Amino acid sequence: MSVAKDDSQVRQKEMIAAHYTRLSRCPESGEKNVYTFVPGNLTELLRSFDLLPVLPEINALQSAMRGKSKDYIAAAEKLGHSEDVCTYVKCDLGMMKSGNVGPTGERLPSPDLLLLSYTGCFTFMKWFEILRQEYGCPVAMLHVPYQGDGVVTPAMRDYVVRQLRETVIPMLERISGRRYDEDRLKEMLARSSAAEDDLVAVLESAKRRPSPIDAYFGGVYYIGPIFTAFRGTADAVDYYKLLRAEVEERVRLGQGPVTPEGDLPAERFRVVVEGPPNWTSFRAFWKMFTDEGAVAVASTYTKVGGVYDTGFRHDPARPLETLADYCMGCYTNLSLPSRVDMLVRYVREYQADGLLINSVKSCNSFSAGQLMILREVESRTGRPGGFIESDLVDPRYFSAANIKNRLESYFQMLEQKRAGAA
Amino acid sequence: MSNSLVERAEALWRDLSFPSVARWKEETGGLAIGYMPVWAPRELLHAQGCLPVGILGGGQDLEIIRGDAYYQSYICHIPRSTIELALNGSLDVLDGMLFPATCDVIRNLSGIWKLKFPGKLARYLDVPQNFDPAVGGAFLRHELFELSADLAARGARPLVPEALRRSLALYNENRALVRTLHAMRAEAPWKVPASEAYSLLRASLLVPVETSTEMLRAYLAAVEADTARRPMDQARVLLTGSFCEQPPLGLIRTLERSGCYIVDDDFVQVHRWIRGDVPLTGDPLDALVQAFLEDSIESPVRYSADGSKGADLVDRVRRTGAEGVLFCAASFCDPALLDQPMTVAAVEKAGIPWTAFKYAENNGQFQVIREQAGTFADALKLWSGA
Repeated sequence: MSVAKDDSQVRQKEMIAAHYTRLSRCPESGEKNVYTFVPGNLTELLRSFDLLPVLPEINALQSAMRGKSKDYIAAAEKLGHSEDVCTYVKCDLGMMKSGNVGPTGERLPSPDLLLLSYTGCFTFMKWFEILRQEYGCPVAMLHVPYQGDGVVTPAMRDYVVRQLRETVIPMLERISGRRYDEDRLKEMLARSSAAEDDLVAVLESAKRRPSPIDAYFGGVYYIGPIFTAFRGTADAVDYYKLLRAEVEERVRLGQGPVTPEGDLPAERFRVVVEGPPNWTSFRAFWKMFTDEGAVAVASTYTKVGGVYDTGFRHDPARPLETLADYCMGCYTNLSLPSRVDMLVRYVREYQADGLLINSVKSCNSFSAGQLMILREVESRTGRPGGFIESDLVDPRYFSAANIKNRLESYFQMLEQKRAGAA
Repeated sequence: MSNSLVERAEALWRDLSFPSVARWKEETGGLAIGYMPVWAPRELLHAQGCLPVGILGGGQDLEIIRGDAYYQSYICHIPRSTIELALNGSLDVLDGMLFPATCDVIRNLSGIWKLKFPGKLARYLDVPQNFDPAVGGAFLRHELFELSADLAARGARPLVPEALRRSLALYNENRALVRTLHAMRAEAPWKVPASEAYSLLRASLLVPVETSTEMLRAYLAAVEADTARRPMDQARVLLTGSFCEQPPLGLIRTLERSGCYIVDDDFVQVHRWIRGDVPLTGDPLDALVQAFLEDSIESPVRYSADGSKGADLVDRVRRTGAEGVLFCAASFCDPALLDQPMTVAAVEKAGIPWTAFKYAENNGQFQVIREQAGTFADALKLWSGA
């Protein structure tokens, strides 16, 4: 079956494919690469040294969307990795042990450096300890303090900036053979800020009725370039301009979101979604929403690689401080009360019918506390919550019939509540 | 010999109404501050006149009624029993809780605490994974300073260098006795069963350090004096992976009955987090920070900056004369289970036999583990040193 795609989606696909191809040619081109994580990624800094970022989480989710994660996870479990732990890690290890062939079928280079941006997820630390054993390459640790009290203090910022100055940058200089060029970094940060303006405009378009976007399933595509290897590039600026223009055109035409089956004909339910998507059955999962006319008008997953809709922008005037603030502001680095505040705001400002949580087995950073979040948001907004469980990239934990059943019940409840209120 | 002391210690830590804490508060009027695994700055709390209270979950004696409504089935057991203790009023005796940077589950529990118990102090205690004194040290110093200010704002004594120095000395004395206890276990495990050492160290979390020191002294003296306990033909094993959620006492006893002498373990690790004495000269807060940075144990929750993952475990096996390793992690414990393949690799490389199993703090059936551990012990006896 053909899949409906906007120009921006096609453009993004080309950007990602070109990046993977460039990575695969590193051994011949001599370009150096750095493995790092989505939350707290320092893409502008890496690119200012002409280093290419590799995001293992993105490789894992791409592998899952292409049906490869099951075998990769099995390979890692066979090597002794517990069935209890994060499947991103096991998928990544399994891919490495199977030849490190990336999602596009091209071999990924071994890392020249592991940049352990330890932001919002304990597993990241263990993941790169494991990869260091496998690759025997250097690691630069950037410990990002958690916003336990819901604020970034000057001491927290100083701690990150000092690590950037004294650990990360010297290591990047050593790996790349280039000197730190702050002017170049500033140029990239300015481009990031421009792209972030357009991204926020796209995400906030969902406040309209009908929403011209789906901010969870569709949102995954919208955040793609800015969460991965392209923040700070001219490509990203162009992509977000194009995307924003497309969305504004949809607004002008009064259209709902584009889905794999085409435009959503009617918006019946507006929901805020918390938690990452399932990647192994991504389209089937999305279809369960579109079949019911349900649109995600806001999501927290689209904030995991950076929260921009509260006003934060990368600020070229304070390059290292702004990178520190960015790292500390990523969604999973926020305290539970801050997450609840964000969700309550979303439910209200986006006029959502309720909050739906997709709780994934793999990710305690997201999942531990979600039942508390659900109750708090329900009690503060008066809108009903729904709760489903799946996993990131392990197909064994996606029970389609069970999830569909729960979703249908949830949407029926929203319908009845609406009818009762009428 | 020391049975009555051990029995009293076991009764103390298994009483989930925390009577020793309530008594202490009545007597002193001070603040009782709970802390979760693995490390907390007990010296600082003590110096401000607070009672540090180690909260290691509800264990095998607590029926979970409401706690399961807070956690999905794929999350470890300790947060649900801890929230159960809070919801059933057992933790009302505490004036605050510290949630150290152990894992995402404990981290997020700090947020649940803030939402559920807004009147109580609930503080996430971030600790540095950068061990440069000027960078990570400065950060930790600031964290401790803020904690100290929070405590003072709730009625604790202000932090005074001289008081902190006195507390450091008291904890140094206590740690020295804990080291002696562990050395004795390694030397003569038949004299110091792991289950007894566990009860003493667990009870020590609920009393002032001065009382803990008296308990340890009394126990060690009783062990020295005892001549009745004789060595048996058991295998010497080191148990690792149980640094946060604790195994039920029944499991520890089961392992011993299955033919294992547990000559070293990770239980109640806060007592051993700082290896040696914290220097009593210079600025005492700096000394505590420095000890955390430079004299802490290897742990799955601490970044292995030099890439020598597992080397410390192998060294412990050698030092204690263990013949094999039991990897004994709580189900769904990310730090332990993500760490395990790396430490297993180090242990295998060193030619040390090992076996692995998981538990939850409320497990009540140990037969399968008993058979596994018994078989492992038999194999060690048959094949090691042959």
